[in-house]
Amino acid sequence: MDPELATTIAFYVFALLAIAGSVGVVANKNPVASAMCLVATFVAVAGLYLTLSATFLAAVQILVYAGAIMVLFLFVIMLLNLSHETFEGISVRRTMGGAIAFAFIFISIGLLWGTGPKPGEAMSVRPGTGLEIGRTFLKDYVFPFEMASLLLLVAMIGAIVLARRPKLVGGDR
Amino acid sequence: MSVFHYYVVAAILFSIGAGGFLLRRNLLVMFMSVELMLNAANLCLVAASSSFDLARGSSFALVSIAVAAAEVGVGLAIIIAWFRLRPSVDAGDLQELRG
Repeated sequence: MDPELATTIAFYVFALLAIAGSVGVVANKNPVASAMCLVATFVAVAGLYLTLSATFLAAVQILVYAGAIMVLFLFVIMLLNLSHETFEGISVRRTMGGAIAFAFIFISIGLLWGTGPKPGEAMSVRPGTGLEIGRTFLKDYVFPFEMASLLLLVAMIGAIVLARRPKLVGGDR
Repeated sequence: MSVFHYYVVAAILFSIGAGGFLLRRNLLVMFMSVELMLNAANLCLVAASSSFDLARGSSFALVSIAVAAAEVGVGLAIIIAWFRLRPSVDAGDLQELRG
């Protein structure tokens, strides 16, 4: 099969899967089902990265999002015993929120219209490989790279402190 | 595929995430919607980066994934701490700061 055609088919399959999964996240009453739809969305976005030939990011997306972040989400859902159905009904204010979000699709497409290379122009296929990203990080962006690791350390300590039992912290509750 | 197709998918994903954040009142589902928005932004970055043939956009996306991981850790810890105080994950119950 023609590789161009294969990329196009893969794009549409993954795009539809991502959109369907994200609708599932928002529309599901059960938080566990929402989390499962979120996994499908993450995998689909990783597939979109692959069609952009960003292979390293696709692998990181699967490892970090579908692996670590989703396990954390499911852990919390199970720990707090929230797997029962919760849906809050529809009010006027929430309907307005939905309408704003729906309008935002068209606003953002309008803003992006005509940006970047002309539509129909073939996309180049180089960046996003591990080699290029490693070169960028270790040559031009060493400091932000170190900052990211510091941020992860701070977040780890912060999460431990926050989720500790209040009586160990010395709170009065 | 032109880069514009990817922008459209990212815009739709972002809007669905924003809509979920505004429509739902379950803290965990709102949090998942934030993740959707982050993913849409990442997709935009990667698409732009490969259309301009630069590795920088992909590197920014990688940093943004690291920030998202940190954010999820802290955010879920806050939800657990809140759940200890009041056994509810309805955002409407978060009224402690109201005078």
